[in-house]
This record gives sequence, structure tokens and C-alpha cells, in this order.
Amino acid sequence: MTDATADAAVSPTRRPAARRRAWLQSTEAWLLLLPSVVIFAAFTHIPTVRTLIDSFFSTPKGARPARFVGLDNYEALVADPIFWKSLANNAVYAAGTIPAAVGLALAMALWVNGRAPGRALLRMAYFTPTVLPMIAVGNIWLFFYTPDYGLIDQIGRLFGFAAGNWLGTPSTALPAVMIVAIWKEAGFFMIFYLAALQQIPPELREAATIEGASRFTFFRRVTWPLLMPVTLFVLVNAVINAFRTIDHIFLMTGGGPDNATNVLLFHLYETGFKFWDQGQATALTMVLVGLLALLALVQFLIAGRGVHYR
Amino acid sequence: MTFYYPVAVGGPVTKIVDGMVAEFEKAHPDVKVEAVYSGSYQDTIAKILTAVKGGSAPNVAVALSTDMYTLIDEDAVLPFDEAAGADAKAWFASFYPGFMANSQTGGKTWGIPFQRSTIVLYWNKEAFKEAGLDPEKAPATWTEMREMAAKLTKRDANGNVTRWGVEIPSSGFPYWLFQGLTTPNGVELMNAAGNKVAFDKPEVVEALQYWVDLSVKDKVHPTGIVEWGTTPKDFLEGKTAMMWQTTGNLTNVRTNAKFPFGVAMLPANKRRGSPTGGGNFYMFKGSNPDQQKAVVEFVKWMTTPERAAQWSIATGYVAVSPAAFETPAMKAYIAEFPAAAVARDQLAHAVAELSTHENQRVAKALNDNLQAALTLAKTPAQAMKDAQAEADRILKPYP
Repeated sequence: MTDATADAAVSPTRRPAARRRAWLQSTEAWLLLLPSVVIFAAFTHIPTVRTLIDSFFSTPKGARPARFVGLDNYEALVADPIFWKSLANNAVYAAGTIPAAVGLALAMALWVNGRAPGRALLRMAYFTPTVLPMIAVGNIWLFFYTPDYGLIDQIGRLFGFAAGNWLGTPSTALPAVMIVAIWKEAGFFMIFYLAALQQIPPELREAATIEGASRFTFFRRVTWPLLMPVTLFVLVNAVINAFRTIDHIFLMTGGGPDNATNVLLFHLYETGFKFWDQGQATALTMVLVGLLALLALVQFLIAGRGVHYR
Repeated sequence: MTFYYPVAVGGPVTKIVDGMVAEFEKAHPDVKVEAVYSGSYQDTIAKILTAVKGGSAPNVAVALSTDMYTLIDEDAVLPFDEAAGADAKAWFASFYPGFMANSQTGGKTWGIPFQRSTIVLYWNKEAFKEAGLDPEKAPATWTEMREMAAKLTKRDANGNVTRWGVEIPSSGFPYWLFQGLTTPNGVELMNAAGNKVAFDKPEVVEALQYWVDLSVKDKVHPTGIVEWGTTPKDFLEGKTAMMWQTTGNLTNVRTNAKFPFGVAMLPANKRRGSPTGGGNFYMFKGSNPDQQKAVVEFVKWMTTPERAAQWSIATGYVAVSPAAFETPAMKAYIAEFPAAAVARDQLAHAVAELSTHENQRVAKALNDNLQAALTLAKTPAQAMKDAQAEADRILKPYP
């Protein structure tokens, strides 16, 4: 029995006061939540619902208002070869960047968590790409990739390799923009791993040393399980970023050559703000939202099971 | 009244525009102009259409001349014919006809030329001398360009190219550069009503074949996609002896080139020719008659010969009227820097930039297929056939 009900049972005359107090408390709670609720509703929930509704309407044009078209926009999407191309590209992009970025982040975190000399400098070097805006990153890499006098061709020339047109050849353009994303993302995820590594109590290592466990065993049996919550968090973020980060694609390839680097969000931008096809764009948005929700759900259900929260 | 304008070339353009607006306000105390810098051309049209849909359209804006059909289809713009009053005809006739081709359709004038450009060929005179060519003579024909480029292409001991003969950019808007090839080959890519394209004509395929051959057969042009943005840098660094670029880069190249360079009209094949490019003034619906009068007054003021000359000298854009080239300021500038007159002389041979209904989508269909041909994913004939089919499908609702 809680104190409030005990009070109420003992002296029924105080019940209105208690009720008022409870009401005041919940009002206060709602008031505290209000800013977040308003912002969330205004910028996330209402637009999502609006988008869903709009996706069943045709594109309004000048004097011709939007009319209900049912699933037409979705059917047009299925018939759009660029949609499938961008979906496939995005799958390759995600499959290529996520494991590499997360793996690299973990390796870097383990490296700078140790007692390596000059680790403050190393940490800073690894983290630098994260603070740069993606547009700046794209600009830097644009000159790495520039044929002939870009950094990569300059170095390649020392070893006698021929110059390559990395961003202008369909087979290399997508890997080229993926490398940029890995470079940018790894530093960001490293910070989370580093924070988690520093949370691991030193007694565990001492105990393991006494037991005679090798460094690899210690990592596999102690460190890695303790990093699981962070890994799940990082993975969810990595998946979202793989579908969200396209600033460098704008700058470096514009989705080209011939759609070789066109990914879902870029196609969505072109449809919505270059072609002004609102119906098609809202349908694409719903596909993207659905896909991300599904991926997050799968991650929580499958990966979440293996996570030990402390 | 509100005025949106984009910035698409280097230099302190916002400062120049603000200065011109301030001068206008001084001369017209009863008109207040709120000048809004609206980003790139792409950002500008996005901002304009968003504002139109939100019921708060600007009164006047500068947007791509090729956005004309889009703005008409969105029912966003007013023609200048009525608002300009009795002398409308004379006013429209004062501009170069090459620029008006992208400003008029259906017997109405929807745009007034302001920051317009064409493609020209820049050449490195030092490289020409080194290759044993006459440094004062640019290639005049396709065959000459091909032959000169072969002499200008330099390779190191390993056979790697250290200097290309010529670079024609193919990122972003390859269709524009491609018009620099189709126009000389005697073919126009679309009709005046903007509802039919001619991508699969033999002359178009031939033009594309020439472009592809430059890299594949002649090996005087880089393979794959050539970046629009880095071409000027390639030229300035001596990585290419010739480049095709907008006249808008004239001031940039002039300031940064460490070698003597020349500017020429694009080489001819069956004829000479280049597309025009750049931005026009548009007047928007929702402006009341007073505002419309103010807009016309403002646009007229901004395009007077003196202002057009001042604008051209400061930015590198082509002055929009023959009268602007007769001003003392422009005459002095050209006497000192004759290259500035090349774009004007080329205007006599210029055609309209590709502009149709659903313009961005049609342009993308062509761009994708041009890139597919340049990266050897498709043959030129197949690529242009696909582009035509896609464009026909997009343009079906506009008979």
C-alpha cells in the first residue's frame, strides 16, 4: 500500500487535497513535456501523417488541384527503373559502409584507449572528420579523387599506376563515395566505443590477468559483451545514416554517372524538389520511412536479444 | 516589392546586386525593393515554387531561362506584355534574339534576359606554341579540333597522359555542353512549344559519337565523366590545353591564368553554334497592378545598356542588348580585353538552351543517357534512342 492511499483511508476528508495534488503533479509533468510534445508533433508526427495522406493524391499543379488517386503513386514507383536502381545502390552502400565504419570505429577506439604514446593527438585525428560538415568532407575528397593531380593519383603514380577517373567511371563511383562515408562515420562511432571502453572497470582486467586470460579471450568474453549496448546503438545510427547522409553525393557526383551513385534519398530529393512531383515524392518518403522502421525493428528484435544491459 | 536572385558564378555578386538595388531605390523613392539572395539556381527555383505554393510569391525573381515552362505550368508567373505597356514590343526587341528564344513562348514574353551566358572554347597559347601550333589560332572546325588536340596531348614515359588536348565537362548538365555539339551539327534538340524533343535524330547521334570518339578513338579527351567544377582548374594547371566552359568563367580565368590564353567560338561542323544559358527576370502572380508597374520599372532599370555593361564587366556574363556594347564603358573594356567580345559575336549563331515542359525530368533523361554513352555503358545510338523514348513518355501529357 502506498502512502497516499493509506492517508486517504485514514482520513477521507483529505481526499480532495490529495487528488488536487495528484492533478497538479500530472499537470506539471505535462507542462514539462509540452515543449517536446509540441516540437515532436509539429516536426515529426503531423508531417508524417500528412505525407502518408498526400501519397494517395496526385501532384497539384498551378490551377489543377490534387485529387485522390489511391495507390497510383506507388504503382508509378514500382515502374520507375531509377527507383530500383537507387534502392539497389542504397543496399550496396549500407552493406559496404556499416560493417566497415563500425569495425574501424571499434579498432580505433581500442587503439586510442590503450597507453599508446601521443594518443590525445591520435584521438583528435580520428575524430576530426566527424566535426567537419559533410559538404566540406566532399570537397576535400573531390580533390583526392581528381584525375591526374588528385592525391590518390599522385601517390599511385609513384608506384607506376595509371591515373583513374574514380568518380567519373560507373564501376568505381559508388565505392568512392562509400569510402568517404566510412572515413566520416568511423570517427563519430569511435567516440561512443571509447566512452564505453572507459566505463569498463579496471578490476575486470586485473582479475582476468590473475586468471591468466589472453588479451583476445578478455576481449571476446569481457569487453565485447560489455560493448553490446553501444554496438546496438551505433548500428541503429549507422543504418539511419546510411540512408540519410547524401550531402557528399550531391557535391561529388550528383547521383551520376548515369545514376551509378543515385541512392534513395537523392532520388527523393530530385523527384520532390527538381521535378516537383509531390505525389511520387511522398510515396517515396513513405517507402523510406517504412524501410527504416523495419530495419530498426529487426535490429532491436534480433540484436537486442544478445545485449546485456547493466 | 520582393526580389529573389541567385548567384551562380564567382565574385562579390551579392554586393554588386545590393549596390544596383540601392541605386534604383535612390532614383525611385516611392518603390521599396527587398532583395533576397536565394542561393544557387536550383535553390532559387525551389524557394520560389515553395513560396508560390505557400501563397507568398516574390514579386520578381531571377531564375534559369529554362525554368520558363515549369513556372508557366505551375501557374506562377505573369507575362510582361501587358504590364510593360505601349512600348513593350520595342523593349523586347532591344535584346539579342538569341536570348529572347528562351524567354518567349505562345506569343507571350515571360522572361527578360539578365545574367546570360554561352559556351566558349578557352585555349592555352603556351601549350599551342609548345606543340608547334599557331598560338593565335583556335580550332575552327571539328576536324581541326581533333587534329590539334592530338598534337596537344602529352604523355609521360609510362604512357600516362600529363596533358589532355581538350576537356568538355559532362557532370551536372551535360545536355548543355552537348548542345555545343548538336547545334554545329545542324540540329535543334526541341521545338519552340517545348513539347517535342529530337534526341534520336541521326545528326544528334553523330554529335554524340564525335564526343565519345574524342576519348575512346582519338584518346585526346579524358575517359569517363569530366567534372564541370574542376575543368577550369585543370585548364589553369595546364592539365588540359583546351576547355569548353561558360563565358561566366572569363573573369576567373583572366585573374588566375599564369599563361597567355585565348577565347574562341565553339568549333563549327555544318555550321557554327552554341546554346545560350543563364537567368532571366520573371514577374509573379499575386502582384497587384502597382507592384507590376514597379516590377517593370525595376527590370527595365536593371537591363538598361549602362547597367547591363556594368554587370557584364563585373561578372563575365554577356551583356544582354546590342546597345550595351555601344556604351563607352563596354567599348573601353573590350578594347583592353578583346576576348570579352567573343561571346557576343557567337550570339549571332546561338540557339535556345534545352527547355521543355517538365524540363528537369527531360533534361535528366538526356543527361543520364549522355553519361551512359560517355562511360561506354551504351552505344551513342542506343543511348539517344532510350533518351527519346523516356522524353516522349514524360511529354505525353503536353500535346
